[in-house]
Amino acid sequence: MLEYRMPSLGADMESGFLREWRVKPGDQIRKGDIIAEVETQKGIIEIEVFDEGTIGELLVKVDDKVPVGTLMATIIPAGEAVPVTAEKAPAAIGIPAAEVAAAEEHHIRASPLARRIASEKGIALSSIHGTGPDGAITRDDVEHAISARMAPEAKPELQKEPPTAPKEGISETKSAIPSAPVEVIPTKPTSAPGFSTETVRMAVAAAMSKSNREIPHYYLETRIDMCSALNWLSEANKQRPVRERLLPAVLLIKAVARALNDVPDLNAWWEDGLQRKASINVGYVVSLRTGGIMVPTIHDADSKSLDELMQALNDLIPRARALRLRSSELADSTITVTSLGEGGVETVYGVIYPPQVALVGFGGITEQPWAENGMLDVRPVLTATLAADHRASDGSTGSRFLTAIKNYLQQPDKL
Amino acid sequence: MTQEEIKQTLLQRLKSIAPDTEPSQLKPDDNIRQTLGIDSFDYLQFIVALDEQFGIQTPEEDYGKIQTLKELTDYVDARVKR
Repeated sequence: MLEYRMPSLGADMESGFLREWRVKPGDQIRKGDIIAEVETQKGIIEIEVFDEGTIGELLVKVDDKVPVGTLMATIIPAGEAVPVTAEKAPAAIGIPAAEVAAAEEHHIRASPLARRIASEKGIALSSIHGTGPDGAITRDDVEHAISARMAPEAKPELQKEPPTAPKEGISETKSAIPSAPVEVIPTKPTSAPGFSTETVRMAVAAAMSKSNREIPHYYLETRIDMCSALNWLSEANKQRPVRERLLPAVLLIKAVARALNDVPDLNAWWEDGLQRKASINVGYVVSLRTGGIMVPTIHDADSKSLDELMQALNDLIPRARALRLRSSELADSTITVTSLGEGGVETVYGVIYPPQVALVGFGGITEQPWAENGMLDVRPVLTATLAADHRASDGSTGSRFLTAIKNYLQQPDKL
Repeated sequence: MTQEEIKQTLLQRLKSIAPDTEPSQLKPDDNIRQTLGIDSFDYLQFIVALDEQFGIQTPEEDYGKIQTLKELTDYVDARVKR
């Protein structure tokens, strides 16, 4: 019997809400199948399995809060006998006792966003007075409760009674009748229901705070002459229908992936020491226009052709913007690439996404004076920056890596 | 197809590529990408949509000529009539 546990979808994730089971007991599953949809700060994520077999029991109920590592389902491996009465009502088996309180919290009506904010601020939902339909707690209710706690003194934990406007503050009773209908999910419409800029912002905040707290960053940068790369790209795109045109980003991603083959210490996670990763999975930063970023993974970027990398971007970027990614696309990255050149900046000093140990930042390509072989010329120049974890590597390693990227970009036809 | 019809089609396309922007607020001489915050990836999707919708071909070297709504409308208008 195999156990399927709630995966971690990033350093910043502690739990998610199960929103849908895509399978039922007795269903056959194969590696890569999506078995559930889980709501996280990064949207509704499709959760994949990595085993083959038959679904045994589903141990978590829809809409339950599921901490990372919680046993969600059992899987009977291919070849083992399947019990006749596999179906069983989802129970609290396997959920740590500490989570029972959280489960009880979940029976209080509240919007997902309100629930999340309250959880992050450590405020019990039972202490918040809901003003939404049927007394549901809305984001505004939670924010009122937070401000009521924070406002009076710098001792939020000691403040039990809101000093003013008790109706909007913390209330121990839940009998109050809602005054007027309020939108239950007070978020701006985005592609995935129930999400807003704020939830993504909080996910970014958590990951970046952890990074800044724990990772001793060092930075290196180099200027790269992009003449050959851009000329090659321009010629390549002339031969292609518009739908198959390549963007400069694919050259950068491929050069990074190739360079990681040469310098594998940067394709790693830092978890109780350096853990090199066999696959080169590049996380590519996608900016959301409404604020925040998503970092979907391009798996095995070193073995993909430039066309395949472009197809991967065509697939991933719209889904990242719609907050519709799969678990493996959020959790598998072994390095991050961010290209910020569009806004005109030249240099990017990035913050590493833990537990990764490196981030490569590319600025914009600008015309600059370029001295070579005693001659001065004007060239399209790109600044590449490495932010690396000094626990995992040293400057000489980083230097070899940036130099390798630079060299690969001089031979775009070989990428 | 009149210039106004082309313009309305372009605005609809921009809205579908970047749903969280307001293309209808664009002034004729505004730089489309800068004003709406459209990156090179979205811009490529827009060109793809444009070429398919109007049955034209927009080579990469023309991107610089179609930065504003007015330039783009004129560009499409000239090619649709060919």
